[in-house]
Amino acid sequence: MWQYTLKRLLQGVITVWFIATATFLAMHSVPGDPISGERAATEAIRANLAARYGLDKPLGEQYVIYIGNFLKGDFGISFTQQNRQVNDIIREHFPVSATLGILAVLFAALGGVLWGALTAIYRNRLPDTVIMFLVILGISVPSFVFAALGQLALVNINNFFGVSILPVAGWGTVSHMIVPALVLGMGTMAYLTRLMRSSMLEIIHSDYVRTAKAKGLPAERVFLKHQLRNAILPVVTVLGPAIAAITTGGFVVELVFAIPGLGRYFVQAVQQLDYTVIMGTTVFYGSFLVFMVILVDLLYGWIDPRVRVQ
Amino acid sequence: MQEPISTEEGFTRSAVKQLGVFSVLAVLVIVAVMYTLNFLAGITSSDATSAVSAVDFENNEISVFLRQDPPQLDSTRSTDVVSGTVLGHVMEGLLRYDENFEITAGLAERWEIEGTKATFWLREDARWSNGEAITAQDFVFAWRTTLDPAVGSQYAFIFYPIKNAEAANTGDMPLDSVGVRALDDRTLEVELEQPIAYFDKLVAFSTYFPISEEFYNSTNGRYGAEAESLLYSGPFKMTSWVHGASIRFEKNPYYWDADNIHLDAINIAYITEDTNTLLNLYKDNRIALVDLTAEMLEGAMQQRWHLDRFMDGSVFYIEFNHRPGRLSTNLNLRKALRYAQDDGELVDRVIKLPGYLPAKSVFPIWLRGVEDTFREEYPAPESEYNVALAREYLEKAKQELGITEFPPIVLLADTSPVATISSQYYQEVFKKNLGLDIVIDPQIFRQRLAKMASGDFDLVLSGWGPDYNDPLTFADLFASWNLNNRGHFDNAELDAQVRIAQNSMDQKVRMDAFGKIQDILFDEVVFIGNYERGRVYATNPQVKGILRRAIGAETDFTRAYIVPETTVP
Repeated sequence: MWQYTLKRLLQGVITVWFIATATFLAMHSVPGDPISGERAATEAIRANLAARYGLDKPLGEQYVIYIGNFLKGDFGISFTQQNRQVNDIIREHFPVSATLGILAVLFAALGGVLWGALTAIYRNRLPDTVIMFLVILGISVPSFVFAALGQLALVNINNFFGVSILPVAGWGTVSHMIVPALVLGMGTMAYLTRLMRSSMLEIIHSDYVRTAKAKGLPAERVFLKHQLRNAILPVVTVLGPAIAAITTGGFVVELVFAIPGLGRYFVQAVQQLDYTVIMGTTVFYGSFLVFMVILVDLLYGWIDPRVRVQ
Repeated sequence: MQEPISTEEGFTRSAVKQLGVFSVLAVLVIVAVMYTLNFLAGITSSDATSAVSAVDFENNEISVFLRQDPPQLDSTRSTDVVSGTVLGHVMEGLLRYDENFEITAGLAERWEIEGTKATFWLREDARWSNGEAITAQDFVFAWRTTLDPAVGSQYAFIFYPIKNAEAANTGDMPLDSVGVRALDDRTLEVELEQPIAYFDKLVAFSTYFPISEEFYNSTNGRYGAEAESLLYSGPFKMTSWVHGASIRFEKNPYYWDADNIHLDAINIAYITEDTNTLLNLYKDNRIALVDLTAEMLEGAMQQRWHLDRFMDGSVFYIEFNHRPGRLSTNLNLRKALRYAQDDGELVDRVIKLPGYLPAKSVFPIWLRGVEDTFREEYPAPESEYNVALAREYLEKAKQELGITEFPPIVLLADTSPVATISSQYYQEVFKKNLGLDIVIDPQIFRQRLAKMASGDFDLVLSGWGPDYNDPLTFADLFASWNLNNRGHFDNAELDAQVRIAQNSMDQKVRMDAFGKIQDILFDEVVFIGNYERGRVYATNPQVKGILRRAIGAETDFTRAYIVPETTVP
């Protein structure tokens, strides 16, 4: 088990190094540079800036310096916010994205299991039809539409009652989290519901469930231990990538609800060609994704003894 | 006693019951996680978005928004509008613009600009937000820091009229040779390279703000990174700044004109550029001002919101590539293109954003002339939408170039929504009216700049925002030596007129020169005007005295005040 974990972690480190190198090369091969502004600068001013950021050195040397600093955990200074460390940007804004992401995944996972199990139990009856219709909506409608609609609904609700039931946008209290997290988790919840439903249906008809029932086990035990626990496995598998995708993909929701998450900085950095922030956020998000996948693989073994690695 | 469950129905009931228990547990877990995460967040960051309403009459404060987190509040390096807006509230220089857009006294109580010598006398009560006196040395330090090659300020050029400033910035001369000296704590003397008519307007620009050397050094290179790492000289001071989320300004008690500052605090409660979100926040009474798009305008008028408009100062246009070998060097082709499009149609039927005006000239309508606005005194030459004439010019161009068919023409453009629809509009009208194939080359901001600088375009959608309130900030755009003249337009007569405008001290002579520049730009079709950018906005009827303008803080709440609800009709 430890050996396996170690091996996976080593693979992860190599993957992250590869991501860093590929991003570094791609970023520098794009035309334009982060120090050219709307106001054309004289050669002298440009040279001053390039020297300040070490852009005057050959690319190979820049790469070596970059990897060196990266190993020390230093991502450098942002180009657009010239007095802020990239580390500070990640430290201040990632917790916000992570909070939103964790909640969204919780909504998605718990909701998905619940609705999925419900539709399987009531298969081909009214609750099944209604929920599955909503699931199709949830999968096909993009999150920015949910975000806009959700916010509009909040404004109307608040106006109708004349008091602020839930805030329209912003961040900082528990009440600010609910709607953005729901909106962000909606697509994944719909996807997980469908996954859970098919996996439940498969298991309801399996031999061991029939055996368990035949043995006269109490219904609760059959449902919980034999059906739900087995049906949940595929859901857990996709959970890792889902956490990473939701946490890193919250850009639109962060924009609509004015949430100070890292997603906005990530997208802005690419648009502004802010080298250090692009590298910092990509490597950070890349490591996060790789780590999540490893974590889920290990978790999988814990839930299902059959795939437990020796 | 438990009944043995034998039927499928009973099994379902039991399962649903368990799912019920599951969902209750799920909700509890989510709530617990939410509070835990919120608690953890509370440890790392200090403040939350305060859920106050747009106008708080009791506490005498208002809530507003910003489009983005201010990227740079270090005035020596700041270049963007959002940072400029924040700095405009918390900082003040020697001079400032008043409500009528005229230069007035700031930290300097009086000033004298004579020939190449300018002298500023600071107020006795000019103080930093920590109570210490603002001295002439603070200006010397800030200006020299900006010019320091190691700082790499992009706006260092704004000091170049000062003696030796350019040489110091390129590292050819030491920083202490720059022509700015503190005669004593309250007298600042500036020596200029040559007399210039608009130096007072330059001095009002944010790069000219003072910085306390002692404080700057105490921030370890993080000057302006946080609310605590700035010392304030303006009407307000920043008391909190949660990056990307909120900023709070509180009245600066040490500001010399504090008696005329009415608000006790301004909350920037939301930071987002999503226009619908901002509209929703305005409807929910969370912010006191909102910019409107065309779709929102009708609803706003139905609700009888208090609407206003202003020009944000920027002008947008198609620039041509004049580098040898480019088709766009042909004057008749440029004329053909101009007559084949209708700037009015672009603004009214394509962009459809309220507040936008067709750009008839590179000089926007709000610029001051001698007595009146510049454009009243020197009307822009009128172009017309004339397809027949356009085709005539196109034929001439073909003959001159010796071709029968034009190859595709490259139109370089931004990826912003307005640039996208504008470029599509031109693509369509030039195809329809002239049969020309336009290839749109959409590029993100930095890449468009790189392509403009290297000359990789025929036409480019470009624009310019003013640095100071003088027509010169637009007039020298196409001067042959100007680095922003990325199409490399080169015209001796235009260069001569720009020199006159730069060197003359007589406003009439200067304005005449600008008038001639305007004519040359038209005759030579140096650009095709797209639009002057403006905004229509709604304000909370209880808040008065909000200023919006083209230069300095785009939105200025410094002199705003709240009226009681009962007095609002």
